Amino acid sequence: MQIYLPIAEVSVNAFLLLGLGGFVGVLSGMFGVGGGFLMTPLLFFIGIPPAVAVATEANQIVASSFSGALAHLRRKTVDLRMGTVLLGGGLIGAVLGLYVFNYLKALGQVDLLVKLCYVVFLGVIGTLMFVESLNAIRRARSKTTVINRTNRHKGLVHTLPLKMRFKTSGLYISVIPPFAVGIFVGILSAIMGVGGGFIMVPAMIYLLGMPTKVVVGTSLFQIIFVTGFTTLLHATTNYTVDIALAVLLLIGGVVGAQIGTQIGAKMQAEQLRILLSVLVLLVCLKLAMDLLIEPAELFSLGKLGI
Amino acid sequence: MRILSLVILFLMLSKTVVASEQIVLGLSQDEVAITANFDGSQILLFGAIQRDAPEPDGKMGVIITIAGPSKPIAVRKKEKRFGIWVNNQTVEVDAAPSFYAVATNAPFSEILLDVEDLRNKISIERAIRSVGAPMHIENSQSFTEAVIRIRKDQKLYQLLENEILVDQNTLFRTAIDMPANLTEGDYFTKIFLTRDGKIVSQFDTTIDVKKVGLERFLFNLSRQNPLIYGLMSLAIAIFAGWVASSFFRYIRHT
Repeated sequence: MQIYLPIAEVSVNAFLLLGLGGFVGVLSGMFGVGGGFLMTPLLFFIGIPPAVAVATEANQIVASSFSGALAHLRRKTVDLRMGTVLLGGGLIGAVLGLYVFNYLKALGQVDLLVKLCYVVFLGVIGTLMFVESLNAIRRARSKTTVINRTNRHKGLVHTLPLKMRFKTSGLYISVIPPFAVGIFVGILSAIMGVGGGFIMVPAMIYLLGMPTKVVVGTSLFQIIFVTGFTTLLHATTNYTVDIALAVLLLIGGVVGAQIGTQIGAKMQAEQLRILLSVLVLLVCLKLAMDLLIEPAELFSLGKLGI
Repeated sequence: MRILSLVILFLMLSKTVVASEQIVLGLSQDEVAITANFDGSQILLFGAIQRDAPEPDGKMGVIITIAGPSKPIAVRKKEKRFGIWVNNQTVEVDAAPSFYAVATNAPFSEILLDVEDLRNKISIERAIRSVGAPMHIENSQSFTEAVIRIRKDQKLYQLLENEILVDQNTLFRTAIDMPANLTEGDYFTKIFLTRDGKIVSQFDTTIDVKKVGLERFLFNLSRQNPLIYGLMSLAIAIFAGWVASSFFRYIRHT
């Protein structure tokens, strides 16, 4: 069944959108990522204009992350205090990101910016996660349970000022690193149409040293508000939020997220992370190929003066 | 008396100026409504050639054009820089119709002189206007060609030679497919009648392409009240997330 999207001004298959939403929703629930890093490129591939894809995806992530965060709130696996610090940075980052996005859109380089961001971040994060998960699994097999969590590097998080106690995470660290992580993720949210979970989750584990158990819920909590804010920014400056597209994606997305949360609760963290890292690397590879291989059509058409 | 004779003379003159052949047209629809399940549209154009004298000699041609709203566009060309393909040069094409279809009853060049094409801008190449491409860009023609190539691939530009059927040199009909990715606006439709490549009669009409119902409501809201539209999008998202969460919890507890 074809459906005409009023803002994107293209006609696409409604079931394809529902399916995409569902698939990405499952991942969202399992890994605590908004799923935007997969969905946004997929939307490009089915012919949605990049600006619309980025803005609408932010809106869709609000739904899936809200649904996921509710489940985590009930299980009390959300560090609200940490979430609020991350959120404060996220809102500032979203405004900065939107400025960059609109500036590069005027120059006609926004596609390149988005794709380069994806390749760099997904490549680095994917590789790190993959190696780390492999090591963790190997350690678990050889049964030399080296508790390297006790051997936490006394990095920036402990030496910087403005320390705060995060009870749920069992941490007493400076608020500057989580705030900076928030800003960074906010920028990505506005530019790439992602929640930023794929940056935030590893940053919380490796940089802030938060326990894996609360990482997913806390990142979902922050993502709700930052992507919500990003949606409003795009809707009021670029008019690129397509509500019909968002509704179709989120119907699939919220159902998928619930299923994903169930799967996530039953599987082991290391297995989860290795799965995610492979996915991240695949998306990265596909986008890198697009940039490196000579395109069949060298020319592209764009609107003037936006 | 003198004035009267002048009027009569004028009437006689104008009678001879009016072509002996004229076009009468019918359209299957003069409005294309873009609804939620819009998947393109086919417009049937049919008509007749009215004559008040025996048919003149010369090869007869019928040309139908439909042109969507013209908007300036930025055409960008990718080049390899530091190993990756990036947009490098940009040429502004001043006016290019968002949709353009030309249908004919015979090969285009056989029924229309180049001079007439130049004057009336009928062929796809002439319908696109590009003046004053920046001097530093070589081969700016290739940018205009790219517009045509890309839009032809998207079925937005169509050259339909031999697609008009003419019966007994009087009745003609054709069907033009309009793709799903249409822009809203007035689609100017022109029918030309030619003899030996010269235009002897022309008929103009418009087809109104517009979003209707929910599509129209959402589009207008997003432009006129973007904040309300944005908040509505968020409310729907939050509501959907809550419904799904509660629903699944309900299932699990029963």
